[in-house]
Amino acid sequence: MYIYTEYDQKLLNERVAQFRSQTERFLKGDLTSEEFLPLRLQNGLYVQRHAPMLRIAVPYGMLDSAKLRVLGEIARDFDKGYAHFSTRQNVQFNWPELAQVPDILAKLATVQMHGIQTSGNCIRNTTTDQFAGVARDEIEDPRPWCEIIRQWSTFHPEFAFLPRKFKIAVNAAADDRAAIKFHDIGVQIVKNAQGETGFSIWVGGGLGRTPIVAEEITGFLPPRYLLSYLEAIVRVYNRYGRRDNKYKARIKILVKALGIDAFREKVEAEWQHMKDTEMDLPEAEISRMKGFFREPAYAQLQDNPPVFADARKSSPGFDNWVRRNCTAHKKPGYMAVTLSLKATAVAPGDVSTDDLFAIADLADRFSFGEVRSTHNQNVVMADVRQDQLFDLWQQLKALGFATANIGYLTDITCCPGGDFCSLANAKSIPIAEQIQRRFDDLDYLYDLGEIELNISGCMNACGHHHIGTIGILGVDKKGEEFYQISLGGNSGTNAKIGQIVGPSFGEADVADVIAKIIDVYVEKRIEGEDFQSTFERVGLAPFKEKVYAAA
Amino acid sequence: MQPRKIIRNREIVSDTFTYVTDASQLPASGDIIVDLPVWKEHKTALLNHNGKIGVQLPGDAEPEEIAEDLPKLAVVAIHFSVFRDGRGYSLARILRQRFGFDGELRATGDVLRDQLFYLQRCGFDAFDTRPDRCIQEALKGLSDFTVTYQADANEKRPIYQRRPT
Ligand code: SF4
Repeated sequence: MYIYTEYDQKLLNERVAQFRSQTERFLKGDLTSEEFLPLRLQNGLYVQRHAPMLRIAVPYGMLDSAKLRVLGEIARDFDKGYAHFSTRQNVQFNWPELAQVPDILAKLATVQMHGIQTSGNCIRNTTTDQFAGVARDEIEDPRPWCEIIRQWSTFHPEFAFLPRKFKIAVNAAADDRAAIKFHDIGVQIVKNAQGETGFSIWVGGGLGRTPIVAEEITGFLPPRYLLSYLEAIVRVYNRYGRRDNKYKARIKILVKALGIDAFREKVEAEWQHMKDTEMDLPEAEISRMKGFFREPAYAQLQDNPPVFADARKSSPGFDNWVRRNCTAHKKPGYMAVTLSLKATAVAPGDVSTDDLFAIADLADRFSFGEVRSTHNQNVVMADVRQDQLFDLWQQLKALGFATANIGYLTDITCCPGGDFCSLANAKSIPIAEQIQRRFDDLDYLYDLGEIELNISGCMNACGHHHIGTIGILGVDKKGEEFYQISLGGNSGTNAKIGQIVGPSFGEADVADVIAKIIDVYVEKRIEGEDFQSTFERVGLAPFKEKVYAAA
Repeated sequence: MQPRKIIRNREIVSDTFTYVTDASQLPASGDIIVDLPVWKEHKTALLNHNGKIGVQLPGDAEPEEIAEDLPKLAVVAIHFSVFRDGRGYSLARILRQRFGFDGELRATGDVLRDQLFYLQRCGFDAFDTRPDRCIQEALKGLSDFTVTYQADANEKRPIYQRRPT
């Protein structure tokens, strides 16, 4: 994990002081609401339905036990005893008092945390693969590059007032687990024919009202140019992105309007002035950053030690959990464990103070004191010894984090929706619960295979509904809450935007409709075919027919 | 009338310049900052003006529109119609860093304390802050931070070129 230098800490402390002054000036009436708005947003502070919401950055999803404990204390002392993991690997508090926010930020700063640029029209938290550094299929660890991008984007003087928000994701594995094609910029670590590492850069992807799959702007960028190239892209966007209509202000609209070739030309023209200058990343800096993400002190182990193999044999529950919630690790004798924050009747992503403390303790005991947040709103312990998995499983079961549903239909990604968010058209959390209750038979779930179900409470798409295998979007019909369903979305390498099934459904019917959709899949699938493949083979028609058939 | 105060080189000073948005209001002498269209239309006459000359650009101006004239100008002002419009930040860096403008680069319009630190890093050295706000208060905004990560108009080296090896 990156450890702050004195310099980083100083910057953060100065930010806390700055925001304290801004808040005081606002409360005194020296700043209008309109003027305070972008200032508080760039510290992660929204005003929403019941109270302000404070979003805390979790840079590329990395947390350690000290940070978890402070999050737990803040939840206890300033909120209603819980924190919420968002779909962008961040943490949100739904009930802080505005006047206390400077104190919360001061407390966060003691563990190198903050709300900087978690909101507002600026460069947001960079996200990546939750299995970064331990995945078997990765070219190299993406996190040093994420940290390099984090520093460059933090208080970038030119890019504090972009036309709209700006999100960057980095992926380093063969499989895209960071949804890079749905970000303003996606960075994919690649190797060229000479075996050199570099980046392919994608621009103009995004969800929201106008979902678009990103296009490639350069196929191979040498590492030293990463920041100059990103700066050139963002400068072109800052100068030419639309500012007259917030729904047309994202970079995706600019890229579409110009066409990728003309956009690339503009970027390359800017870049000519920036490359081969002091902006180039020196080898020394790259290795310094890599130094922060060295392997922890792994033991020399064998895969499948006898205690582990025996426990799997004697406990079917444990064996099942290992199969569903544990992921292969690059080191023999280790696995990465996903804690499911998706037990039925718990709002997806919510964790209580006590549970945050408990996860911190478990991380210290089992996983070198570190955890990661995922864009599916779960938590990963990346480095657990196989011979300790049984022990960990028992602890997680007691806490309610061992629901063996990772990647299955009830591992629902869901925005806060109408229960919290003032932009919502409809509630999303109760819909998640309705579906989880309907599909409570685990064996049936496993038989259905991997299905990503994503729910957003409005077109802003925080629940990433467009890229769910099944996506649910809350819509408002004459003041009533309705839900539109789409099928076939995919956030991975085979990036696709889901297709809308047809007219929306009433709140009470959503689980029934999902059940009908699942029935069509079960009926149409051929041996070994997952939902996505069946959908791509048979198309939308049979699903449509079934859900709209007269009862 | 009290002379207007602005911040220049981190100090509050009286401004000698008059803004001219319309050619019919051009004074016979004295320091003036004219809007870009006025400059374009009356360039030859203005070059003989008795007083210093500046040009005010909107945030969406192309730097090429003024690039050749830069050596003749004492001031380039970039106007922020609303503080949220960030185009002027990029324009400032391009004028300073690519075209080497070394005269006064002034932010005008909706210029507020909490933007000054960023503006200064993009190359602005003068700020005509909003008249309904306290300029002493605004001046403090230039000192919000003592550390920065990126290269900017005043510091060519990003943090990674500045670290002792
Ligand atoms: S998708 Fe809409 S309802 Fe859900 S959190 Fe985002 S803005 Fe709010």
